[in-house]
Amino acid sequence: MSLVTATVKRDLLLAARNPGEWLNPLMFFLMVAALFPLAVDPDPKFLSKIAGGVIWVAALLSTLLSLDALYKADVEDGSLEQWLASGESLYAMSLGKALVHWCISGLPLTIMAPVLGLMLSLPQDAYAALLLSLLVGTPVLSLLGAVGAALTAGVRSGGLLLSLLILPLYIPVLIFAASAVYHAGIGMDYNGQIGFLGALLALAACLTPFASAAALKLNLSR
Amino acid sequence: MEFNSFAEFLAMGNHGFYVWLSYGLSAVVIAWNVVQPVLRRRRLIKEQAQRLRREKKHASQA
Amino acid sequence: MWQWLKQLYHRLGSPKWFYEITEKWIPWLAVLSALGCVAGLVLGLAYAPADYLQGNSFRIIYIHVPAAILAQSAFMMMAVAGAVYLIWKMKMAAWVAKVVAPIGASFCLIALFTGAIWGKPTWGTWWVWDARLTSMLLLLFLYFGVIALQQAMDSEESGYKAGAILALVGLVNIPIIKYSVEWWNTLHQPATLKLTEKPSMHPDMLIPLLIMIVTTYLFFALLVILRTRNEILWHERKRQWVKEILEN
Repeated sequence: MSLVTATVKRDLLLAARNPGEWLNPLMFFLMVAALFPLAVDPDPKFLSKIAGGVIWVAALLSTLLSLDALYKADVEDGSLEQWLASGESLYAMSLGKALVHWCISGLPLTIMAPVLGLMLSLPQDAYAALLLSLLVGTPVLSLLGAVGAALTAGVRSGGLLLSLLILPLYIPVLIFAASAVYHAGIGMDYNGQIGFLGALLALAACLTPFASAAALKLNLSR
Repeated sequence: MEFNSFAEFLAMGNHGFYVWLSYGLSAVVIAWNVVQPVLRRRRLIKEQAQRLRREKKHASQA
Repeated sequence: MWQWLKQLYHRLGSPKWFYEITEKWIPWLAVLSALGCVAGLVLGLAYAPADYLQGNSFRIIYIHVPAAILAQSAFMMMAVAGAVYLIWKMKMAAWVAKVVAPIGASFCLIALFTGAIWGKPTWGTWWVWDARLTSMLLLLFLYFGVIALQQAMDSEESGYKAGAILALVGLVNIPIIKYSVEWWNTLHQPATLKLTEKPSMHPDMLIPLLIMIVTTYLFFALLVILRTRNEILWHERKRQWVKEILEN
């Protein structure tokens, strides 16, 4: 386990020393959300209806931005081979990597989201649902995305390919999360949606590391 | 038989355009799916037979 | 039974055996699928009664539903073949998984545009965010992802493996996507009239549909065999038995 925690610590330290890595997607998040009132309609009544969906779409896209780099450096500098040689479980390593990604992408997004909510005149009652859905939903994005990142780590210009692979898999999260925020906004119960997101999280946490581990080995055989 | 005449069959009760458009486009996709492997097979066999002849020639010359 | 399955498995793993046995299957499959297609379409287009709500446009069902069913089965087959390749390193399985992807994607495409065309007389627009159409669209995206990934890899082998992993992840996701899309759809209800949801179909309508579904599977088998044989010829081109075929 020590290698996994060491890698997680190292990656978090690297992210702290190099803030662009996690700040750029965050700025992108802000910008995408700002595009909608400009492109469609700045009317607060209209915005409050689409706010939840817009914030979630922006979160999805900015998650993709930081995914590309998740395994690239490890494949290039040989860390990946070291992991495999060390006999450490790749399953645990993939989970650790997804956790790192969530810390530099999902967590800041969640913290930032209420600001976007204000800009898009999100209804008062929806803030709790927004935070809750992001808190439960973004780890699923990181876990699923880590599979894509592992698959495309050795591909030149893999970023675009990565989005193509991963976006369809994100649809269920998007549907339930955006609907939770919307329902909260019109004063309805949203426990079901959050519950479903939780189920997705449990499923993703159990299963995606297998796929990530298999995909990582693939990069090694090359 | 649902239709009294061939013209009626083609018209499909005002829905002829939609019915025949979807069947026509599907036929195109299906035809491509059949033609593509057949053409590929022909090309493959031609190329490989050529390669084989070339190799034999080289072997006999050497 | 088990022994027989094991034997079949080992035989299927041999490209030469597959190539030779399918030589005999191809004409049968071609004739059967042609006959089924003629029978199903004549019965469906000319003899089945018109739908009391949708009129004659409902006859698109005989291509739309089989294509949609097949597109989903093909994805499953692709993922299972990919898994066989990942686990037992069976080359044949990798080739089958590779050739199924474009075939499945084209059936998915057929299901999508026939659905869209059907939507025009039924709902008045070419595209409605109907549950079935939306999940077909997402399935098409999944197919695109697998095909793009297979082609992006430097080596053929890692292309197979990466495609197989993605197909398996997609396979687990398909029921979740379908469920979530259906749930989302009932929430928004853009279309009160469902294309193909009937509590009970008249037998005159149902029988052609069943014929078309069976025919589509036979035809799919034919397409997979044709393409897999090409893959075999290409990959085994240096082997003696292929050389003998080429010389004739």
